[in-house]
Amino acid sequence: MNNNLYKYILGIADNSLILGQRLGELCGHGPSLETDIACTNISLDLFGQVRSYYQYAAKITGNGKSEDDIAMLRKEREYVNVLLVEQPNTDFAYTIGRQFLFDVYHLLFLNELQKSNDLMLSAIAVKSIKEVSYHQRFSSDWVKRLGDGTAESHQKMQDAIDGLWTYTDELFHQTDADKIIVSEGIGVDVTNLKETYYSKVSELLQEATLKTPESKWFQKGGKEGIHTEHLGYLLSDLQYMQRTYPNMEW
Amino acid sequence: MVTAEQHIDQKLFPILEQVSDPEIPVLSIMDMGVVRSAVLENDIVKVQITPTYSGCPAMDVIGDDIKKALLDTGYNSEIELILAPAWTTDWITPKGRKALEDYGIAAPLDAEADKGVLLEGKRLVKCTNCTSTNTRLVSQFGSTACKAQFQCDDCQEPFDYFKCLK
Ligand SMILES: [Zn+2]
Repeated sequence: MNNNLYKYILGIADNSLILGQRLGELCGHGPSLETDIACTNISLDLFGQVRSYYQYAAKITGNGKSEDDIAMLRKEREYVNVLLVEQPNTDFAYTIGRQFLFDVYHLLFLNELQKSNDLMLSAIAVKSIKEVSYHQRFSSDWVKRLGDGTAESHQKMQDAIDGLWTYTDELFHQTDADKIIVSEGIGVDVTNLKETYYSKVSELLQEATLKTPESKWFQKGGKEGIHTEHLGYLLSDLQYMQRTYPNMEW
Repeated sequence: MVTAEQHIDQKLFPILEQVSDPEIPVLSIMDMGVVRSAVLENDIVKVQITPTYSGCPAMDVIGDDIKKALLDTGYNSEIELILAPAWTTDWITPKGRKALEDYGIAAPLDAEADKGVLLEGKRLVKCTNCTSTNTRLVSQFGSTACKAQFQCDDCQEPFDYFKCLK
């Protein structure tokens, strides 16, 4: 088994799984019917993409593990998502801010991943790009509506961006496994995306009459399995059924 | 290399045509363009299907329905889910577009017009109730991943629009 490739795939997929779970929490709790449906639709897209990645990862392990085992039965430190996506739905501005900061990255990333010489990863990327373009439209639209809205919505949107900013730099970190997979022409060198990312984000923030935070300190750790306290609670929800009734299906 | 060509054994076509999309029952899966190939090999029908959207929950049901339809006519089958080439709304047949409209779902516009209605507030989508184009976007996301919500400002009908995917 190609252990580096396995780890690399989890690095992509875990981001979407955890973000999808966060968005799923809004099902029936969104601020309005339309935004509720939008967030859960985005969640569904992400889960669909995740299934393709985990099915591929399961095939690579060759040890009979299924996509469900990978999604449901790992321990907290075995998840390698970035810290950004596990941050809670503090308020709608946070939900949108988190989505926006991830979507801009996600689309840049997939645009490169479609050039991968791994045909499976390239196919998943091509399929996902179409969906993620819609996600980015949705989140950018809302950043603008809230940022350029009332004094209160503006302040909330600015607070969310300021609060989440510390988690953005980690998107561009590479693990040792990442570096090897990149050198094999399979993975994406995320360090090359950083400049475009920040200029794109700044441009959209400016349109939304928001300030781009002046960064000094960035949090990291998710890619190495070291998470914020929020992930444990999320996983206890996500894994509850499989832990309580092992192997249950419906 | 991947191609967008379809390989359907002509004698299997009428059987597959009978299988409908679980979320839009008036529409055959053949009219949706999700079946990319169906060929008989050593007494087994090998079928390749492709999802409209990654998270489309209908794909498992479609796979099962195809298996059943083929079995009812005496064929064993294997279903394979493929991702490349990615599905596009261009693969919906003219008959399929008509069925969508009759069902109350506005068929996808071309990519340029789609962008106009979803991003720039243009009024181009035809109301499925009164055919007026005096319609507006209510939400980019609708009852399923593939649709957006619209409302007609003439007859007030709320309806789904099938988003263009290319
Ligand atoms: Zn009307």
